[in-house]
Amino acid sequence: MKKTIIGLALAAATALPAFAQDAEKTLYFYNWTDYYPVELLAKFETETGIKVILDGYDSNDTLLAKLQSGGAAYDVIVPSDYVIPGLIKDGLLLKIDTPAMANYVHMKDAFKNPDFDPTQEYTAPYLWGVTGLAYDSAAVGGAEIEQSWKELFDPRPEFVGKIAELDTASDVILAASLYLGIPQCTESNEDAKRILELLEAQKPKLKMYSSDSTVDRMASGEVAMYHVWNGATARATLQRDTIRFIYPKEGTPMFRDNFAVPANAPHPENAKIFINWMMAPENAAAVSNAIAYANAIKSDEFLDPKWRAMDAINMPEDYAPRLVPTMDCGPAARELRDKIWTRLKG
Amino acid sequence: MTDRPALRRLGLLTPALATIAVLIGVPLALMFWISLLQKGDSGGVDWASAPSLGNYIRLVWEEDFDGTMIVNTSYLIILLRSVLQAAVTTGLCLLFGLPVALWMAGLSRGQREIMLLLITIPFWTNLLVRNYAWLIILREDGWLSQLVNSLSPVGPVQLLYNDLAVAIGLTYSFLPFMILPLYTVFEKFDWRLLEAAHDLGAPRRRALRRVVIPIAMPGIAAGSLLVFIPCLGAFVTPALLGGGKTLMLGNVIQMQFAASRNWPFGAALSVVLLALMLVVMVAMAIWRNRRVK
Repeated sequence: MKKTIIGLALAAATALPAFAQDAEKTLYFYNWTDYYPVELLAKFETETGIKVILDGYDSNDTLLAKLQSGGAAYDVIVPSDYVIPGLIKDGLLLKIDTPAMANYVHMKDAFKNPDFDPTQEYTAPYLWGVTGLAYDSAAVGGAEIEQSWKELFDPRPEFVGKIAELDTASDVILAASLYLGIPQCTESNEDAKRILELLEAQKPKLKMYSSDSTVDRMASGEVAMYHVWNGATARATLQRDTIRFIYPKEGTPMFRDNFAVPANAPHPENAKIFINWMMAPENAAAVSNAIAYANAIKSDEFLDPKWRAMDAINMPEDYAPRLVPTMDCGPAARELRDKIWTRLKG
Repeated sequence: MTDRPALRRLGLLTPALATIAVLIGVPLALMFWISLLQKGDSGGVDWASAPSLGNYIRLVWEEDFDGTMIVNTSYLIILLRSVLQAAVTTGLCLLFGLPVALWMAGLSRGQREIMLLLITIPFWTNLLVRNYAWLIILREDGWLSQLVNSLSPVGPVQLLYNDLAVAIGLTYSFLPFMILPLYTVFEKFDWRLLEAAHDLGAPRRRALRRVVIPIAMPGIAAGSLLVFIPCLGAFVTPALLGGGKTLMLGNVIQMQFAASRNWPFGAALSVVLLALMLVVMVAMAIWRNRRVK
């Protein structure tokens, strides 16, 4: 049995003429936690003979710190849109020339030539989503609540003490900025003070700050409101059908995550094989079906009907103007962010 | 070649000295050097910047939102909180560890080996997993929470996401570090001393205070250091069981290297943590020397 699998894998590998494989059939994949269905890695291994070793991180900053330290050796990483220009500028990414890949034809036009990598020499789109507000409608007797960040920063009594915030300074401060009408990445002390006051008033009404186990916390009912991502909300909704998702009208931060290859990748050829493989419609759809985020590949026909019914995945068309791309803040704004966060929790 | 034995000794010592220099000396020197530099534009370190004490000054003084310089109490509070949390954990470990170690020393040889094995078994599991276990026990639908709440006279009590939960998690994680040094002391304990104390009319409590504890002192000192010092830098347990509402020194350092992308300031905080540990160890050494005299 084992021999047949290896034989099949070898056959599949030789049937892929597009790229030369690295001598070592290994791929170090560094992705956000809970952001890739592990079963799909087995399929990739069967088809290409390349064994994937998956490691996880919880924020772009963690990824950045690892890459800047130079010690980490990964073949494929998944940075978000706003960190990519910096990564390219610092020479931390390898050119992969996505448009030359065989499966590039499957990419949706809206995702071609994005602002952060106009020629797509360095990146290929993976998934996209938004950071909004999830709540359990059972807590308010099935009623709908306002499509506003107000529900998070000035919560109804029903939610007090049952709210979880993301434990990521950038996300929390961005949401507060949108609510207060303060520009993203503000460098004004006056603005920072107002943000801190808002967050200090919100803190006693929170149960916790946490960026992990988001799906479990919502599905188990441990929290009734979560400042969280739409895909995580959708997965929690499958287990607890009273959960709803809000696209706040003051602005809903959007993220576009991408595959890229670090400049010091030990197996760059395997990385390209993997990225091309991920642009095949059935593989892209397998990811979306498993973890409930939309991909950038023409694969809608493969999407599971259970997701099509959910607002958290299918944003109503008229909400599109609410989407706000996340920016990479400069050193001065980061310094202020750090000051706000340290004072908030100090 | 007049001094060959000395030369040979030096030769034999070289591997050990080189290991210490490369694996401990160089990283520490690097950390100290980085703490004097400035951060790079998109993170990392600006190696060309002029060394200054700015990162240390920032710990105490900072510019307020209205532009005036004020004494920054945030880091001081975080520091005090970390020390307090570590001290409470050390106390709890001692409270639970001392009776266990004493009891273990009185067992037969075979039983003692089994107990030693049982105490080290948790180390086979990742720290994160062990903390998650407490998350499950302490959360509202967990058995401990339900038990406490059914007996609680003041209504529902929240066991998770507070300093108590952090203390429980840390005590659980570090208890073996207290038990093992205490056990090595008690293993050599001459039980006849206890009998003598009883014969001379000392009640149990006084025998404990005047005989057992003084003899156990080296073990208590070693165990306390082994618990207190790693506790001071702990960051997984506070983040997980504390609900992220308050920062410990370890969390602030982690934050500087990740989200804030300010390695030099993170290095400065690490130097402060190191200095603090050094002070504790030196104080301990002085106190022990005085006792020996």
